[in-house]
Parts: sequence; C-alpha cells; structure tokens
Amino acid sequence: MKLHGIKVQHKKNTADLAPARLSDVSEVCIPMSMHIGKPAKIIVKRGDSVKLGQVIGERDGFLSVPVHASVSGTVSKVEDITMSTGQRVPAVFIKSDGLNEVYEGIAPPEVNDYRSFVEAIEQSGVVGLGGAGFPTFVKINVKDLDKIEEVVINAAECEPYITSDTRTMIDKPDYVFKAIEAGKKYMGVKRFIIGIEDNKKEAIKIMKKYAEKTDGVEVKVLPSIYPQGGEKVLVYNTTGKVIPKGGLPLDVGVIVVNVTTLAFCAEYMETGMPLIEKCVTVDGSAVNEPANVIAPIGAPIENLFEACGGLKREPAKILYGGPMMGIAVPSTDTPVLKMTNAVIAMDEKEAAPPKTTPCINCGNCLRHCPFKLDPKGIMHAYNIDDAEALEALHVDLCMECGCCSYVCPAKRPLVQTNKLAKIKLREYLNSKKEEGTK
Amino acid sequence: MRKLISSVSPHVHSPLTTQKIMLDVVIALLPAGIASVIIFGWRALLVIGVCVAVCVFSEWGFEKICKKENTITDLSAVVTGLLLAYNLPVGIPLWQAAFGSLVAIVVVKQLFGGIGQNFANPAITARIVMMTAFSGTMTTWVIPDGVSSATPLAMMAKGNMSSMPTYLQMFLGYRGGCLGETCIFALLLGGVYLLVKRVISWHTPVAFIGTVALMSLVCGKDVPYQLMAGGLVLGAFFMATDYSSTPPTKWGKVIFGIGCGLITILIRFWGNFPEGVSFSILIMNILTPYITKLTRSKPFGTGGAKR
Repeated sequence: MKLHGIKVQHKKNTADLAPARLSDVSEVCIPMSMHIGKPAKIIVKRGDSVKLGQVIGERDGFLSVPVHASVSGTVSKVEDITMSTGQRVPAVFIKSDGLNEVYEGIAPPEVNDYRSFVEAIEQSGVVGLGGAGFPTFVKINVKDLDKIEEVVINAAECEPYITSDTRTMIDKPDYVFKAIEAGKKYMGVKRFIIGIEDNKKEAIKIMKKYAEKTDGVEVKVLPSIYPQGGEKVLVYNTTGKVIPKGGLPLDVGVIVVNVTTLAFCAEYMETGMPLIEKCVTVDGSAVNEPANVIAPIGAPIENLFEACGGLKREPAKILYGGPMMGIAVPSTDTPVLKMTNAVIAMDEKEAAPPKTTPCINCGNCLRHCPFKLDPKGIMHAYNIDDAEALEALHVDLCMECGCCSYVCPAKRPLVQTNKLAKIKLREYLNSKKEEGTK
Repeated sequence: MRKLISSVSPHVHSPLTTQKIMLDVVIALLPAGIASVIIFGWRALLVIGVCVAVCVFSEWGFEKICKKENTITDLSAVVTGLLLAYNLPVGIPLWQAAFGSLVAIVVVKQLFGGIGQNFANPAITARIVMMTAFSGTMTTWVIPDGVSSATPLAMMAKGNMSSMPTYLQMFLGYRGGCLGETCIFALLLGGVYLLVKRVISWHTPVAFIGTVALMSLVCGKDVPYQLMAGGLVLGAFFMATDYSSTPPTKWGKVIFGIGCGLITILIRFWGNFPEGVSFSILIMNILTPYITKLTRSKPFGTGGAKR
C-alpha cells in the first residue's frame, strides 16, 4: 500500500544559507504557552532583572514545560497577549540590556540514568520543534522502555520554504548523533531511522557519513511528497508500521522526534543552556533576502525581516510555519515562539485567496488524501449536520495536512471543513457518552 | 500598516482550476471536430456551432433567470455542446440540434443543480431524448461522399457486409455515423492528450473498450469493426469519464467501464438497436452512487495497528 500525497513546489531557497544570529533585539515578549498543555506559571514580576537562561515561567502540571529568559535585562511588563490562535496567554516582556549576561545557574545537567535524562530534558524547556510543540520530556517518559523498538527521527521537512531542519543536519550533525548516543545509553533504544526527503542532498550526505560510523542508525531517503513528515505517514514510510486510528506511535513501538529537537537535547546536555533561541527560516514573496536567522525566543518577527534586508513589498499575509499548515499571524510584532521554524511573508499576489467554484466531483481530494478519507463526503455530511455520517467517514482521523484543499480544482475549503467537522463529531460523541452515563 | 489577511491553512493552492480542466477537454475534442469537417463538410461545423452556442446561451439564460452565479466561463457548457454535436448525424435539422442542447443544459444539468450535480451525462441523455423524439432524422446517415447509407453497425446487424468500409476507412472516419464519432485516429489523439494531462485516468476507457473487445472475441464477431464502429471510442474516452456522473474511485472506474462494455455488447448483439454505447453509459450513470459506495477505500489505520 502506498500513501498518497501531493507534489508541492519546494522553494527551499535558503537551504544553502548558514543561519546568522539576530543581534540587536530591544525587547522580547515571551508567552507562557509555547507548547501543548497548561501554560507555565510566571515567577518574575515587573522590574525584576533577569539573565540569559533564567527560568521566568515554571512548569505547571504534568503536561507543561518551563520557560526561560532569552535576553538579559529588566522585566518591563507582565500581561496577557492574544496568540495567533486567538487564545489569551500570559506573557513576560523583557527589555534587553544588550549585554546577554548568562544566568549564574547555567551548568550542564548531571545525567547518569534514564530518570535524570528525562528530568534534564524537562528542565531544558524543549518541545517538539517541528511545529507541534508537544513537551519532549513527556514523549520520552515511557513506562516500559522495552516497548520502544525504534526511534524515527523526523527530518523530512516536507513543507515548502522551510530549511531550518536542513540547517540543523548540516550545521549540527555532531549534536544529532550525540543525542542518538544518549538515547541508546539512557533509554536502551537500539534502532534509529532518520527519515529525510530526497530534496536535501547535502543533509543526506552528512547524515549518511555519520550514520556509517554509528551502530543502529539508518538514513532513509524518502520521496519529496508532502506530507512526508506527517507523523503517521513517516512512521509508515520508514518502518511499514500502521499507527491505528486514535493511537500514538508508541502503540507500534515507535517514538518520533524532530531532528532539531533531538540536536537541541544534546546541545543542552553539553552546555546547560535551555531553549532560548530558535533558527527560523525567513522567506516568502515579500521578503527581500530570504535567510535563516537565529533569533531569541520572543523577538518580534519584524526584527527577522530587518535581518533579511527588509520587506520588498507590503506583506498581505504572514505565517508561522510553512504554507501548507502554517498559521497566519495578526501583526509583525508577533513573537518568535519555541516551535517557530519559519516565518513566511507573502505579498498580495501570493496571498490572494482563490475563488471557490462548485464541486465537479473530480475525485482529486479522494485520491490525494494520505489517509484515504473522503473530503467531499465529509463536507456534505458536515453541511447537512449529519454527525453519524461524519463518524462513519472517520473524519477524526484527518491530520489536517491540507492536500485535499490544495489539489481541489474548484478551490473548495475541504480541510477547513474537516477541522469544523472534527469539532462537530467530538461534540456529538461527547453528548452520546453523556446520554450513556445517564 | 494595513491589516494582514487571517485565514486557515493551506495558504497555497495548485494552479489547477475547473476552467483549465474543461479547456483541456475542449482541446482534446478539437481533432475529432476538425476531422468531422474534413469528412462530412462544412455542415458539421454548423451543427457544432449551433450546439455549443445554444448550450452556453441556455446555461447563461437559466442562471440569469434563477439568479444563480454565472458559470459559463468554466467552459463545461462548451464541452457539453461539443459532445452533443459529435453524437448527432451531420444532416440533423438545426432546430432539433438546438432543442437537444437546451434539454442537455436545462433539463439534465441545471435542473439537478448545475455543474457537478447532474447524475446523468447531459450530452448522452439529450441524445437519447432526441433519438426518441426525432427518430427519423436522428438515424438518417450520410456517408462522406454525400450518399445516404446505414452505419457499419446497422449493416452488420442486418448481415449486409458487402458495402462495409475497410479497417483503414473506419480508422480515418470515412463511414456513416455521428459526425464526431467516426474518426478513431482523431479521437485517440484527444484521448491520449487527456490521459497525459491526467484529466482522465486510463481505468474507464481501458475497462470499457477492453470488455467490448473481449466479448466480441468470445461471441465470434469481428473485433476491430466492433471497436471502431459506433460511438465506442468517443464514449469511452470522453463520456464515460465525465466527472459528475461517474465514480471517482479507481476500482469504481473499472467496474463502470466493464458495466458499460457489457451493456453495449448486450444491446449490439441481442438488442433492438444497432448501437448501445449511449444507453450503457446512461444506465451506468444511474448505478454510479452505488459503485462509488462499494469501492470506497478503507481509511488508514482504521483496521487497527499493523507492525
């Protein structure tokens, strides 16, 4: 069985550009929710002076991670901000003193067994840097380590434009493989598979060179078919294992981790500096000189554009992430987040919304869905409010990759409707459950 | 600074549009149109012109009256007009051609909700309506030298093999028949274009034509004649592949094609009509929703974990 997908224009304009560090950021805005789970609890107040790497938000509850200061300076404000998802989230604003003084407590963590390894990853504040933002320490906190048959390293980077993972593999291969060694040592994992799309020649060469010298590491070169980096797609294409509907990779003995996340874990174990900066691909039709920029977390994205020679045209739409699954941001003072891997500024022409016309039943959506769903049928069921049909159509399986909307010649909002249909189905199932308990 | 656009992903779309698909179909139909003018003379162009014009005009008019959005720019009405014309004899009175076009667009397409909503192929249904209403003019065939004659299928049905055209004449279209169905060479040219452009997939035409070939062989008939006579090639490439009235799934297309082939054979060999392509497609159109349901693939991972 082959999983379908789409051929999108790669636009990997920045793959050969080594990232440059953003130097003068005058103020950062660090939200407490840059991960899936409960926001971190703020432990600083206005007027406090903070240093690089200092904890400013503590982990709150099990599914949460600490947040750290990304510049040294003074806390100028503590207030709620609106995230691009519409959520209101508490945030800490820090005025930089320009000195980037490192916090005294920064030291490599002491790791000598599995427990202390998980704890170190937790302290580092790292989350899924591919864009998902799931706390990494929760992912590797497995009750029964014997269950893990392999770790799949997600280096597919299947979205157009984004090259920050590519740069990790080119610039930090040592860290990637140090993390693999740590995984072997502390988690007892024997098999690692690095899944890379075949459009990253340089990264593949480097990863293969390192893999030859390391036991138990395979580099799997995959066709550049979006969404190759989708978790279930990648697991299937690298291991042949099918993750059941509603299940996790662990159900088939797999842990999937993004390559940049992985490299960061090793970097943290060496330096003790938590996640305070991020390599971000800055590209799009409105950007003068597309580049990779290392920015402190919380830096306003307009600073990124300044580092790329400014904007050549007024942007009509700006995205966190790639054009297939990225999130449109409300303004240019939106901060860089932990999981921001790209910022794309589109000009009027690139951002122009397509004109929707009637469905012609061509079946393109059906034939390109990686999970073999029926987006047209789902849209119909949603429109006539038929939750039972939505259940039968398995809309809850949809990963929202957007292939259906991309290929639709009538430009119908298919994946957008899937998202709404998933909510409708969830409400229906909840009410059914409630009725059952009555 | 102006407000940024806020919309849900994806933020890019493929360049493919309905209009581009329909334009490809029009391009693919051009060779057969040109061939029809060469074979049957300028009147073929007149019939084509009337059908296309009336189809486009009635779509525009219907949508105007119903205050619906105008869709004539998607070119689907042009395709319907071309296909209907290709299914008519060259000598058809123009008012009858216009009437058929009106039926195709208004009754079969628009009354069911317009593009993508019709369950039956407009051109084929209109042709069948015309065959019932104007059975005389719809079955008056002219062979290319201007003499009236029966179609090869009618000749075969009557056992009159003496005046049958040769294989080469059949391939190039020099025989009696509907104006766009005769030149197999031109139709294959267009069919291959659609396959290459991925407007259609190979499943339907191969299953349809393959079934007719196999069944003709089994029944001891002349296979090349069966394939090149009648509207088989036109139907298999251009009408049994219509999006809205045929299954979108791969296996659905195969079943649809086999069904069309079997019904065509049944009508040709044992039915009252010499030709059965139109009826076969219409009957399979009606079965389409069931075939689609039957051939839907099981979503990924719904069968549980697999290691």
